[in-house]
This record gives sequence, structure tokens and C-alpha cells, in this order.
Amino acid sequence: MNTTMRLSSSASKAFVAKVEKISGQKLLACYQCGKCSAGCPMAAYMDILPNQIIRMAQLGMQKQLLASRTIWTCVSCLTCNSRCPKSIKIAEVIESLRETALRNGQRDDRLKIWELSPEARSDLPPIATISAMRKLTS
Amino acid sequence: MKLIYYPGCTLKNSARNFDVSTVSSMAQLDVEVEELERWNCCGTVHALGAENVMNRVAPVTNLIRVKEAQSNEFMTSCAMCYNTLKRANIDVKKNPEKLSTINEFLNLETTKYEGDVDVLHLLEYLRDRVGFDKLAEKVKKPLKGLRVACYYGCLLVRPKEVAFDDVENPMIMENLIAALGATPVNFPLKTECCGAYHAVASPEIVADRTDKIMGSASEADVDMVVVSCPMCAYNLDFRQDDAKRLNPEFKNLPVLYFTQLMALALECGEDALRFDLNHIDPLPALAARGLD
Repeated sequence: MNTTMRLSSSASKAFVAKVEKISGQKLLACYQCGKCSAGCPMAAYMDILPNQIIRMAQLGMQKQLLASRTIWTCVSCLTCNSRCPKSIKIAEVIESLRETALRNGQRDDRLKIWELSPEARSDLPPIATISAMRKLTS
Repeated sequence: MKLIYYPGCTLKNSARNFDVSTVSSMAQLDVEVEELERWNCCGTVHALGAENVMNRVAPVTNLIRVKEAQSNEFMTSCAMCYNTLKRANIDVKKNPEKLSTINEFLNLETTKYEGDVDVLHLLEYLRDRVGFDKLAEKVKKPLKGLRVACYYGCLLVRPKEVAFDDVENPMIMENLIAALGATPVNFPLKTECCGAYHAVASPEIVADRTDKIMGSASEADVDMVVVSCPMCAYNLDFRQDDAKRLNPEFKNLPVLYFTQLMALALECGEDALRFDLNHIDPLPALAARGLD
């Protein structure tokens, strides 16, 4: 008797394909050395570490990834990218997750610029406000 | 020949001290700087999506303006503008179909972009065109005894394609500081991210980063930290009050643009320094070395 065991559903396969397309990365290239997480200056504020993000993305764990704090904590400093021995652009993978979360049709923005105090708005340099809006809003 | 200069929004806003010290120093070095006409936002951050086209439009429009100024290169001193403009340029040069989509979208422009403009950062211009030895000759007030930590952050060194120095251990700013007569001091966190735009929605992250990065510089016993990015400058300078609330032992340390030290050493005058726009006043630190 033959038994077929499916590790991922077709829905999660579609999610993996989408992440690979937006990020332009081959997720299976990762062999989990952990160098990305070791050097990440934002790791202390994350719930899921960068190497774990890649592993979960390989497995198509869409729900957990899109609900993670990590995808909003990464600031694309690219330390992981420049140190990855397999030349995987981890920051690009995280950006693809951010974009997927922001473009789910809910306008689920992570920054409500109008909620900032007038003092904060006038105090912040323009590049801070604009880059935050580019990264955290749909 | 005139050097086309792209200031970017923040240098015309909260970082006027970066703008005036850049322009005045270049005048002292006999480089005629001309501000790019009709420049627009650089885009601030490079969108990382492999197929992204939309976010390349703003930077490419600036490259068209450079061509219209009859030049094939331009300089910016803001690390954020440099990175965004340079990466967009590399991306459209590598992907001709993307570039043709952008040119079609910008169909009201009479000039087409053909990948024929080079993006330069002021630091590489000073190293490769002016020369640090020539800069040293022009110094009127050597910054003798001043101990300076150079902070690069992310955007001057990452990714590798935009870096004009070593990715892990860049030395270009240290070499410039030495040419001004000051003492560059190594510190381990010089390429560690400051938290960037978390200043807007998660200032507590920036406070912690500032505590760590500036604390590391303090341990190296420096008089000040110099930067090339108005985003880093804001986080490391203006967020020191938050860092102090987080860690009562935090020691305030001035943060300057490298161009301010250059303007000081080249004696460009007080109007070129605009220390009033720095949050932590650098004058006591300079006075302690007899340089006020």
C-alpha cells in the first residue's frame, strides 16, 4: 500500500511562489546557518528571528508570518543580506511579506500619521516620515 | 566644470547645517557646486520588490534633470538620497525593459533616461576627485587633538553594489577626518543600524539603539561622532534625551555632519557651521580642545 504524505497544501504552495516572485529569492537555498539572525541589529525586538522567517516561508506558513511582529521590525538595514553565505536577500523576503500584508485589501496600515502629535510631526525630519510611510502603509 | 549638487528634502529642512557646510566647504576646495534645478524627492527608501517599477520613477526623474543640466554625473551628501538614487540607477541599467516602462510613463518629459548618469556621494568625490592630500593642504585650522568616531550606518556601505568602501570596515570617513588634522577613533558599532524610520512609530527602539551606539562611542573616549545621514543624525543626536531616560548612565555626546568639521577646519565661517541646529551643542567639546 502506498501512502502519500503532503507537507504543504496547494494554498501554501501558492504563498511560497508569491513570496519567491515578489522577493526574487529562492527560499530553498537557505541551509539555516543563522548568520542573518546573529548579526541582525533588530533581532532583540523581533518575535521570530530572520532565519526562522526563511524556514517558515519555505514551509508556506502564511498565517504565522503575516501576523508576526518581525515583518514590521525589520528596517532593511541589509546586514543579513551582505553576510548571507548563500547570497539570499533576507530583507527582500521580509519586504515581500510586508507587501503581502499591506495589500490584502484591508488597508491594514501600521502607521497612522495623523495620530502623531503636531510636535512630533514638525520635529521629525522629512526623510523619517516619508520612509516610514513607504514601508508601513499600503 | 560645475559639479551638480542634489541636496534632498531634509538638507533644505531640519538639516540645513548639512547643506550649508557642504556648499561652503566645496567653495573653499575650488569646486563650483550648482544645485540641481527642479529636483524632486529621491524616494527615501529603495523598494526591495524584484519587479518594482513605480518606486523607481522619482529617482529616475532626478537623473533626467541631471541630463537636462548638461551633465552625466552629480553629487549628493545625504546618505539616504545617495543610496536610493544609486540603487534605482543600478536597477534600471540592469533591466532595460523596466527603464523603457518608466520612460513611457514619463512621456511628458522631453529628455529620456538612458542609464547615462552617475550618482556620486560627496565622500567619494572628495577622495577620488579632490584627494584627501589636497584637502589636507587647504586646511587652515587643523583640528588637533579632537577625537572623532565615524559612524557610517547602513546606507553608505550596503548593499555592496553601492558601497565605495569596505562593507564591514569602511575607513573613508576616518581618512577624511585625519586629513582635517583630527584623530579618528575606531569604535565597533560604526556600521550598525540606528533604527532609521522607527523614529516615527517605534521611538523606543531608536532610544535603545542610540544608547548602544553612542554608548559604544563614549567607551572609545571620543569628543564627538560624525555622520553622513540626516536620519542617523536625528536618531543619534535628538534621541539622546530618550536614551538617557532608558539608561541613566548614558552620556551625552555631540553628533556632527562630517561636512561641519570640514567647514570648521577650512574656516568657512560661523554661517557655514549652523551648530544651532545640532541638538547636543558641540561647542563645549570643541572648546575643550581649543577649537571653538
